[in-house]
Amino acid sequence: MFFAAYRNHPLKENKKIFVIAGFDCLRLNQRSILEIKIMKTTNAHVYSTDNIDTDRIIPGKYTKTLDMSLLASHVLEDLDPDFSKKVQVGDILVAGNNFGCGSSREQAPIAIKSAGVSVVVAKTFARIFYRNAINIGLPVIEVENHNIQSGDSISIDLENGIVTNHTKNETYQATKMPKQMMDILSEGGLVNYLVKHGDYS
Amino acid sequence: MNQTISEKIISQHAGKPVKAGDIAIVKVDGVMATDATSPFAIKAFRAMGGKKVWDKEKVSLVIDHASPAPNEAVANLHKLMREFSSEMGCKLYDIGEGICHQLMIENAHVKPNDLFLGADSHTPTYGAINAFGIGVGSTDLAATMLTGKTWLKVPKTIKIILNGELGKNVTAKDLILFLVKQLGSEGANYQAVEFTGEAITNMTLASRMVLANMSSEMGAKTGLVDPIGLELWYSFEAIKPDKNAEYAHELNFDVSSLRPQIAKPHSPENVVAIDEVLGTKIHYAFIGSCTNTRLEDLHSAAKVLKGKKLCNEVRLVIAPASKKVFNEALKDGTIEILSNAGATFITSGCGPCVGSHLGIPSDGEVVISSANRNFKGRMGNPNALVYLGSPAVVAASALAGEIVEPEK
Repeated sequence: MFFAAYRNHPLKENKKIFVIAGFDCLRLNQRSILEIKIMKTTNAHVYSTDNIDTDRIIPGKYTKTLDMSLLASHVLEDLDPDFSKKVQVGDILVAGNNFGCGSSREQAPIAIKSAGVSVVVAKTFARIFYRNAINIGLPVIEVENHNIQSGDSISIDLENGIVTNHTKNETYQATKMPKQMMDILSEGGLVNYLVKHGDYS
Repeated sequence: MNQTISEKIISQHAGKPVKAGDIAIVKVDGVMATDATSPFAIKAFRAMGGKKVWDKEKVSLVIDHASPAPNEAVANLHKLMREFSSEMGCKLYDIGEGICHQLMIENAHVKPNDLFLGADSHTPTYGAINAFGIGVGSTDLAATMLTGKTWLKVPKTIKIILNGELGKNVTAKDLILFLVKQLGSEGANYQAVEFTGEAITNMTLASRMVLANMSSEMGAKTGLVDPIGLELWYSFEAIKPDKNAEYAHELNFDVSSLRPQIAKPHSPENVVAIDEVLGTKIHYAFIGSCTNTRLEDLHSAAKVLKGKKLCNEVRLVIAPASKKVFNEALKDGTIEILSNAGATFITSGCGPCVGSHLGIPSDGEVVISSANRNFKGRMGNPNALVYLGSPAVVAASALAGEIVEPEK
């Protein structure tokens, strides 16, 4: 299982960023210290195929709904029909290049998040998927070179773009997220960001 | 300044000069969402505390993805959209009016030089009329409905120069399928594409829309077609790139010898010349989608099917791009030709393209489609095989029962 591996990273305005798996995280704590949770899990699900499109993440026939559990129950079903049964809260999803290409459906990251996935690691992401994921508060991180295999235990430092594979005792450098996106993710998504700020700043 | 079209349009909307790589907060000229994306956008808008949209004249909702409602769950989502648009006073296109991108251009919700957000990945279509169209998800759209703004990273641009002239039976669809193969489905990720060159000069608006539309299949943020030769029914000022604008890449192609192109299952980048798949048996032909079901597409299908009957074992389903397109085709006799040949007309909308309803293929069936995507499961059944081609190829194949080239 995962644990709450708090790691401090100095951010401007004395904010600190932490990440933990498995919870709808990214919130301000009582001392107004920014928390993003650092995730550790024994359950990475690796699909190294490139170009996993949004139809494979959640087929169009299921997208006309506001029911998150329905979306979660069909997540990735045309790629791996057993995925929704295997996935545990806090697990991570690992993919190849151009993950999430195709449709702009936000139901794709919603389905992944609702199924319990705490972060998606891919070599690269398609741009609309990447933006949608951040907007709904699903952490995503681009790692070009890694050796993650299904079942590996992983922790992720989003702010500094470092992925640690505890099983293999390796670390991988990830692409750093643009500040604008980190700000939105830090609030738990764009809804919270706008509730707090009222406008883009 | 030495700016690309993207840099020029974004600069205008940011209120300051920008260049590729800059992050900009921009004013948005209009937004659109469909029944696939509006429900989550409305939910997010309410959660943001939204009471009214920033400008009701600039917000359009379109019921096209599952239209008319195939079941009670979708019916309730449509109801939510009707109630929201009524409360906000914004425009709602209800069932049968047409496919979102066709409606936005046809009704001038988007105009040249605009920066427009659509909660649909084919929003780059508006690059056909010199507008910067970006596909976004529901939450981004909700944020713009609330603020009238969005943030974006100014994209680098890939310049695609298309020399020569397209041959007979070779269309903008063949050209864009060829280009998607050349660049790959990630080839323009995070970047804009500019299409230019002599092959563009005489292109119709409909054909320009095909190019811009499927730039999303290369991952492009937007696809801008050189406005040279662009004719609209209203006057406009075209934005051209500066002579010394900086491009990430410049790619040159001579299109004169291009053959009709086909995307094989299960990716729009899996493209071959038609010669490689001639004779592939098909069961179902579809002319539809925001890519290829405008009047010129119906005309090209009618040219192939006039006075003939579909192959017995093939069904042909056609979803016109809009009610306006349907009415024009009705008036000029095109609908009659296609109907007499055995085509089935369905509601103007996305239906089969996105696997919602109105024509899901069965297990093992092979489909030839004029749409834009053939991902596994895209048309509603992961056990079907979908090939993509031009409307003329779809019509000719429906006649022959196998993939064939239209007669020259």
